[in-house]
Amino acid sequence: MSDRHSWPSTAHMGMRQIRHQLNMFVRVPIAVFFTVALPIVVMLIFNAVFADGDIVTNAGPWPVREFYSAAIAAFTAVSATFTNLANMVPIRREEGVLQRWRVTPIPLGVLVVGYVGSAMVIACVCTSIVVVIGWLAYGLTLSVAGAVSAALTMMVATVSFAAMGMALAALVPTASTASAAANAIILPLAMVSNVFIPVEQPPKWLDVSANVLPLKPFITAFQSAFHPTTTSVSFDVRALLTIAAWGALATVVAVTRFRWNVPPGGATRRRR
Amino acid sequence: MSASTIELRNLVVDYSTASGTTRAVDALSLSIATGEVYALLGENGAGKTSTIEVLEGHRARTAGDVVVLGVDPANRGSAGRQMRDRIGVVLQTSGLEREVTVRESVALFSSVYRNPRSLEEVLALVGLTDVVDQRVGTLSGGQRRRLDLGLAVVGRPEVLFLDEPTTGFDPSARHQAWELITSLRSDGTTVLLTTHYLDEAEHLADRVGVLSHGRLLLEGRPSDLVRASAATDIVVRTGDARTIDSAAIDSLHERLEGVAATMDQQGSELRVSSVETSRALEVLTQWSNEFNVALDDWSIERPTLEQVFLKVTESAERHVDE
Repeated sequence: MSDRHSWPSTAHMGMRQIRHQLNMFVRVPIAVFFTVALPIVVMLIFNAVFADGDIVTNAGPWPVREFYSAAIAAFTAVSATFTNLANMVPIRREEGVLQRWRVTPIPLGVLVVGYVGSAMVIACVCTSIVVVIGWLAYGLTLSVAGAVSAALTMMVATVSFAAMGMALAALVPTASTASAAANAIILPLAMVSNVFIPVEQPPKWLDVSANVLPLKPFITAFQSAFHPTTTSVSFDVRALLTIAAWGALATVVAVTRFRWNVPPGGATRRRR
Repeated sequence: MSASTIELRNLVVDYSTASGTTRAVDALSLSIATGEVYALLGENGAGKTSTIEVLEGHRARTAGDVVVLGVDPANRGSAGRQMRDRIGVVLQTSGLEREVTVRESVALFSSVYRNPRSLEEVLALVGLTDVVDQRVGTLSGGQRRRLDLGLAVVGRPEVLFLDEPTTGFDPSARHQAWELITSLRSDGTTVLLTTHYLDEAEHLADRVGVLSHGRLLLEGRPSDLVRASAATDIVVRTGDARTIDSAAIDSLHERLEGVAATMDQQGSELRVSSVETSRALEVLTQWSNEFNVALDDWSIERPTLEQVFLKVTESAERHVDE
C-alpha cells in the first residue's frame, strides 16, 4: 500500500468547495434566473408602476423608487442565501451528492463552508448588482458611510439567512417539500416586511410580528444605509441582534437535525 | 475482534416505518481478511445495502460491533477521517452533480485525499479519457457508473466498498471493471461488493455470502458452495424411450430414492439429480445392465452459483412464509 502524505489544508479545501459551488450556481440557469434576474425584473416593474411619490419613513420622506431599490437589493441577498440553500441542499441530498462526500475524508464543516460561503458570495454580488442598478437608474444614494453600514448589515444577514436555509434543508423531508416550504415562508414574510409593499400604519400585532421575525429588521436596516439622510456610519443594533438571534437558533437546528442521506423509504426527485 | 480488515459482529439495523419497525439486518456477523474480495448476494431488501452503508459509516446501526481498518466507521473524529482516507466507495445511487465535467469531478474529489491518483491515472483505469471534458449530465449511464468507480479509487483505497458497481454497464465495460477490481486485488486491496450478477460474484469473489431477510444463509468460496449446496445432474440418452419397460423405470426411481437422488424423464433423456454423484452413477450403470437399457451421451452438469442462490433464497422465503 502507498504512503499517506499530510492532509490537504482546510483553507484550500474550503476555497475549492466555494469555487465549485459557484461554478455549479452559474451552470444552473434556473438558479441564476431566480436569484439574479427575477429581483431585477421585479425592481424594474415596481419602479415603473410606483415610480412617483414618497414613502414616509422614520428618517423622513423618501422617494419610492429608492425605497424599492434598497428593499429589493436586500431581498436578493435573502433569496441567494435562504431560498437558494433551502432548495439546493435537499436536491443534492436526494441526488446522493452529500452522501458521496460524507464517505470521503473531507471534514463535513468544509462541505458546509462550501455551500454557505458560496451563497454569501452570490448574495454579495447579486445585491451589489441591484444596488448599482438602483444608483444608476433610480437615484439610490450611495455614500461611504452607507456602504460600510450596508456591508456589516449584509454580513450578519447573509450568515444568518444562510443558517436559516440550512435549517430548513435539515427539517424538510424531500426536495419538493423544500421548495414549497421556502416559498411559503419567505413570500408572506416579504409581504409584511416592506419588500414589495410599504406597510404603513400596520395593525399592532402585524407590526410586532414583523419586527420579531428576521426579514423586516434586515430590510429596514439595509434600507436605512441608503437613506439620503445617512451621513455617518450607524447600525441598527436591535435589528442586527434580532437577525443574529434567528441565525443562532437556525444554526442549532441545522447542526442537530441535519441529515446527509435520504432515509429508507426514499424521496421524490425534482430540480429546484 | 480479530485483525481482519472488515469485521462485523451481531450487526442489527432497524428502520422505523409508518407501519412500525422493519429489521433490515438481523444479527449479521462477517469477517473479511486483508486482500480478500467478498461478495454479498441477496434479493432486493435482503439487507445488503444496509450492511454496506453501516460499514461505510453513513447508516446508523441499532446494535452490534463494526470495525473497518481497525476503526468504528461511525467515528467522525480523527481516526474516522484517517479510515475514510483509506477506503473507496461506490454507492448504489451515483451522487454525481450533472453540471460538472469529468475532469472537474476527479480534480475536486482528489483534493481531499492525502495521496490521490492523478487525473490521467484515474481516467485510464476506468476508460473515460475520451470524455474528460464532458459534463456528467451528458454521459451515458454506464459512463457515469465508471466515473463513480473512478472517484472511488481516486484516493488509492486499501478497502473498496462497491454497491452494485456494474449495474448499467455493457458487457465490455463490465469486463473492464472486473479487470480493474482484479488488478486492485492483486495490489492487496480488500473489496466488499454487492451484486445482482451471480457471474460477477463467481468471477471476482474469493468468498460469497448469501443474505435473506437480513440474515446470512450461506457463506463460502463460490466453488465450495456449488459443490456442497446443490445436486449435480447426470444426463443420459436411452435411444428409443418407448422400448423401456415401465417396471424398469419404476425400479430406477426406487433405486435412486435409496441414494437420495431424483429422476426426470423427458422423451429419451433421463436427468438424474443427486448430491452424491458417484453413487447415482453406480445405480444408473447397474440398472442399465440389469434391464439391458443402452445409455448414450453421458454428461454431468454442475449447477451454477445462480442455481445455488435461487435454491437457498427460495428455501428461505418458504421458511418465512410458513
